[in-house]
Amino acid sequence: MAMNGKGTLLDASSLPVKEFDGIIVGGGGSGMMASLQLAKSGMSTAVVSKVFPTRSHTVSAQGGITCSIQSADPDDDWRWHMFDTVKGSDFIGDQDSIEYMCKEGPEAIFELENMGLPFSRTEEGKIYQRAFGGQSKDYGKGGQAERTCAAADRTGHALLHTLFQANVKAGTNFLSEWFAVDLVKNQNNQVVGVIAFEIESGEPYFLKSKATVLATGGAGRIYQTTSNALINTGDGTGMALRAGFPVQDMEMWQFHPTGIHGHGTLVTEGCRGEGGYLINKDGERFMERYAPNYKDLASRDVVARSMFTEILEGRGCGPDADHVYLKLDHLGPEIVHKRLPGVTELSKRFAHVDPAEHPIPVVPTCHYAMGGIPTNVHGQVISQNPDGTDKIIDGLYAAGEAACVSVHGGNRLGGNSLLDLIVFGRSAGLHIEETFKSGIKMDNPSDDDIDFALRNLNRINISQSGENFVQVKKDLQKTMQMNFGVFRTEELMVNGIKEVSELREKSQNIHLADKSSQFNTARVEALELLNLIEVAEATAISANERKESRGAHSREDYPDRDDENWLKHSIYFSETKQVSKRDVNFRPKQVQAFQPIVRTY
Amino acid sequence: MHAISASEIKTLRLSIYRYDPLKKEKPYMQDFDIDIPAEKDLMVLDVLMLAKEQDPSISFRRSCREGVCGSDGLNINGKNGLGCITPLSDAVKSNKLSIRPLPGLPVIKDLIVDMKQFVDQYKKVKPYLITDKKVDTREAIPQTIEEREKLDGLYECIMCGCCSTACPSFWWNPDKFLGPAALLQAYRFIADSRDTATEERLEQLEDAFSVFRCHGIMNCVSVCPKGLNPTKAIGEIKKMLVKRAL
Repeated sequence: MAMNGKGTLLDASSLPVKEFDGIIVGGGGSGMMASLQLAKSGMSTAVVSKVFPTRSHTVSAQGGITCSIQSADPDDDWRWHMFDTVKGSDFIGDQDSIEYMCKEGPEAIFELENMGLPFSRTEEGKIYQRAFGGQSKDYGKGGQAERTCAAADRTGHALLHTLFQANVKAGTNFLSEWFAVDLVKNQNNQVVGVIAFEIESGEPYFLKSKATVLATGGAGRIYQTTSNALINTGDGTGMALRAGFPVQDMEMWQFHPTGIHGHGTLVTEGCRGEGGYLINKDGERFMERYAPNYKDLASRDVVARSMFTEILEGRGCGPDADHVYLKLDHLGPEIVHKRLPGVTELSKRFAHVDPAEHPIPVVPTCHYAMGGIPTNVHGQVISQNPDGTDKIIDGLYAAGEAACVSVHGGNRLGGNSLLDLIVFGRSAGLHIEETFKSGIKMDNPSDDDIDFALRNLNRINISQSGENFVQVKKDLQKTMQMNFGVFRTEELMVNGIKEVSELREKSQNIHLADKSSQFNTARVEALELLNLIEVAEATAISANERKESRGAHSREDYPDRDDENWLKHSIYFSETKQVSKRDVNFRPKQVQAFQPIVRTY
Repeated sequence: MHAISASEIKTLRLSIYRYDPLKKEKPYMQDFDIDIPAEKDLMVLDVLMLAKEQDPSISFRRSCREGVCGSDGLNINGKNGLGCITPLSDAVKSNKLSIRPLPGLPVIKDLIVDMKQFVDQYKKVKPYLITDKKVDTREAIPQTIEEREKLDGLYECIMCGCCSTACPSFWWNPDKFLGPAALLQAYRFIADSRDTATEERLEQLEDAFSVFRCHGIMNCVSVCPKGLNPTKAIGEIKKMLVKRAL
């Protein structure tokens, strides 16, 4: 049954069904780690990915995977990594999850190496590890650690391709360039698969399964400026919210100070380490006002917040006064070209300036979502009972950036994202395998259940007129950028919530002019907008609700951390637009819990 | 680049290959006038996205937009490359820019080619580590710095397809000649000190087509957006095959 130009309504009775033991939505690091586990166990599995798997955003990760494999330091201890991660999270990371990740990590790293991942090496022939931010020995008392396993500065690429290759070897079934639209639930609130269509033909299917893993990655595209790929539109998060499941800590977005304006690609902090500094439209070195001692080398959140203040107060650069400049030209071509060749290339390529001659236009760039779909350490998605206790959703799993397990809490440490993907993609796969062995019984969905999951696809397919979805997306990105950026106030956020709410109304009435079936990328983009809207609204409302400053969430009107009221996760439901609180886990199994302390570096 | 006032706008004549399999018309080139700020050196992908705002039905693949995911391999004014990292200043001739799908593969729609043949050849070389060394999830298989360096220039391939679709030998025998991308991958595992299946790999490559249809034209080298050298890797495989035959 093709979706044709006549706008035929799809319904359950005529929708073809494909059935698998497990479905993984997303072909990045966490998805392919989960699929590998399932393929090895002999289960029938499908990886549903809107792009060919090696196009996934994991490929862009550069620095490495942080893990205590005792290569650089034979005395390194996973407990020290755990301490750093808890502290980095500003104490709202779940300690049972962090313990699991740091403890199980080495086995996952060696598994990847055994698969062929071309890690850089030490003189002894071991995996090379480098130093990264927030890393310590001996629970913060023993100085800088070197704990990040690296394959040159292309670790994500090496990891993603190795995982794809291992899946090719294991015979994993890829539904490559398929777009998942919505989850299908039965009457018992169990997830029994997804509605998806093959992009090439436009043919829709009900992909039926007893275990569905959402491994759809981040959603940085809710912002105007992001380091994220164009495909990072929070598809799994949108699907979960529309199915009535909550998201957690969505206010926590990591911003990096120096993204190239208009593009978002990062230029390294090393620019400022070499003597570069930021200037506003008057040529003033404004960081001297905000951080008289450390100036441009103050911590990332301080610098990012100061930049945004300059822009909001009208001292931004460019025709739209929406960025500042990173000045390097005073250093001379010798230093710029020799010490910063990568930045020179990126700047020429994407900012169209040679930094030895002109300053680089930069703006804080949205980089990573600490929040997402709440899960336990097995990747099982969690909802909340009316009394506030956890409720496990049968049939639904999440892993990677789409999930919030929560190992990053309010702020992620560099190198921990790849470890998160690997460890929790694997644990979801293991849990599904175990569950299948013990037997699962689920009721079939009714026709109404399936029709409900088809509603958005139908609405877009039969639209006759309505809003331009490209414009709605642009407006959404602009309001998120202006009102939910690196620092926040109630005034801005209330305004932002209103604007996002208006855009949601518009998104309910978008028009897809091109109804063609074959490789219709406009249809994909229209459906992606619905996911961006869900993620943006969850972010907006959660951010206004958390009345404190913690981790990446800094509020001018509530500048302090409030452990009395907010040593909690925020939990947001799309249906009610309400935020509730959830306890942070302070019950690791093998170590004493780390109690909140003042966070200084 | 010299400084020009920000308000200056240049109009680029863009020509895009259009094909819709469900329509009866033959493929054709559709022209667009795209206004671009004169002081900015946009990428080819940026211009495609501007054209898509005029006509949302134009189809092309894109993802990372920074040259690492390999989605947007295109034929740009006659030369294969990635749209996202090819600046107009490199590509545009006489204010004209023609964009066609990668040559030699079946076109699905507009700029989107069917990569199946390309991926099938990649899979044929068993692109994964095969080892009879002791594998233990408590430690890494040892490899020296020098052994690891042999993989540089091989493992960085992003599977964009620019090389194989620029290769006349691959156009002629896409089912029997493996093509530069797959052969680069084959050598990446032959060269890996941890892999112990060299003999098995070479045996699979020794027929008249798989490797030996490479005639050293080196189009692959001139178009690779990552600066890799498949011809050199193919040469290494040929040397090993010849040595083995003697």
